[in-house]
Amino acid sequence: MPSAVVEHVGKSVLSALEAFGAFWRFAGSVFLWLYTGLGKKTLRLMPPLMFEIGVKSIPVVAVTGAFIGMVLAVEMYNQFRSIGQENRLGAIIGVSVVKQIGPVLAAVMLAGRVGGALTAELGTMNVTEQLDALRVMGADPVRHLVVPRFLACVMLTPILTIFSDILGIVGGWVVAVYGLGIPHGPYWEHAENGIGNWAVLEGVIKSIFFGGAIALISCFKGFTCGAGASGVGRACTESFVYSFIAIIVFNFFFARIASEWYVALYGIRSIFGG
Amino acid sequence: MSEDTPIIQFKDVHKSFGRLIVLNGVTLNVERGKCLVIIGASGTGKSVLLKHIVGLLKPDAGEIWFDNQRVDTLDVRRLMDLRRRIGFLFQMGALFDSLTVLDNVAFPLVEHTRKSEEEIRQIAEAKLRMVGLANIGAKMPAELSGGQKKRVALARAIALNPEVILYDEPTTGLDPVRSDVINELIIKLQRELRVTSIVVTHDMHSAFKVADRIVMLHEGKIAYDGSPHAILESNNPVVRRFVMGEASEQELASLNGRPTGDF
Repeated sequence: MPSAVVEHVGKSVLSALEAFGAFWRFAGSVFLWLYTGLGKKTLRLMPPLMFEIGVKSIPVVAVTGAFIGMVLAVEMYNQFRSIGQENRLGAIIGVSVVKQIGPVLAAVMLAGRVGGALTAELGTMNVTEQLDALRVMGADPVRHLVVPRFLACVMLTPILTIFSDILGIVGGWVVAVYGLGIPHGPYWEHAENGIGNWAVLEGVIKSIFFGGAIALISCFKGFTCGAGASGVGRACTESFVYSFIAIIVFNFFFARIASEWYVALYGIRSIFGG
Repeated sequence: MSEDTPIIQFKDVHKSFGRLIVLNGVTLNVERGKCLVIIGASGTGKSVLLKHIVGLLKPDAGEIWFDNQRVDTLDVRRLMDLRRRIGFLFQMGALFDSLTVLDNVAFPLVEHTRKSEEEIRQIAEAKLRMVGLANIGAKMPAELSGGQKKRVALARAIALNPEVILYDEPTTGLDPVRSDVINELIIKLQRELRVTSIVVTHDMHSAFKVADRIVMLHEGKIAYDGSPHAILESNNPVVRRFVMGEASEQELASLNGRPTGDF
């Protein structure tokens, strides 16, 4: 009996390692094509994809961003008021939104909306032998299908993050100023002091990685999905779950490194100072 | 290169997926300009055999040769060159559903030639006419019937004037009349384009109609290799039953709920 357990654990570990290796080989081939095969043909495929991935995601990202900004104002107002610092709400909402909530939430929404669609599309192409058809016609499916999708995701996630940031700040401002009666001038003054270029850039830069991770994971899951409708369905679920985990874990390590660099470069800057 | 040398050779090819052995030592030579039909029950590795020719699958052991080049060890670039010489008709057609019919047929031309858009459009239209489907170029694959899809896929497979056409169950899922249209097309292309054809099927009517030679796969090995006429006289019970479309006693027993061990 114990040997069966060991065997089972061993098999699971091996297959997980195998999948991990296959993923990085896949990612490697995407990077190789980006480096060697980025021609007019690839670029011509991009506008419809950018519309699908970018433009159509704006409403979702905007609505979630705005409501998160609004709810932050509602939740934090009483605590800040109790220490007489409610005017500083703008700073804390702004920093939370541009550093964390904007990029992470935009990425999570994209993992659900775009990642699921990419996996379903490529997975269906896989089970209906369209990927094989590309291969036998001497066309590399990674170059044809993955590279333009990867590029579109990497280019558009930062832009969608900026949308999410703006709507989050506006949402927080509307609730704080018009709902909770914080004076307009001090609110923005503190917001301006609190949100530095570093914070905005940090959010936007990590969103590029989020976009890349979403594209690679979703496309890989589509390319390797099992047979039939159930295979595609399972791949879609896994693609969202893995993208989500990748985003959250990467976000933590990125924040660690970024905050160390920031302190090394500029020292600690308090929202509550000045 | 002599006309007599086989265009495709399988040398003792073995392939398994997990514990399932699909090909168990297949040796086969395919002659130029002829139509070889590979028959066998579902799941006996017919399609797997076909996919080895274009390098979509690699054998566990053994060698595959195409026109004096070894396919299974070929690097990616050479494999791409080789694949341009082969047209592959997939079981369900595998048309790209985001492209129109005309763009589907034009795809290999756009990919591999430096012809102008106008020239490519003309060639694609000519190929569509060849399969009897003029004037549907603007449609999307989802608007086509099963038979039309296969014919469009065939037009796409012959877009680059291949030397070899591989058909993966070309008549499966079609009614008898539409199946016959496909059979006639296979014969027509064979005659007009002087290609080598390999047809994988379990449709015996189709096999008799198009074949110059029939090979039957059974349990990963070749159970029959010969002319369409001679197969009717085969003494091998497995071959006879398949050709006549009769289930074995063992298979019938499983219907009656008696345990059989195998099924």
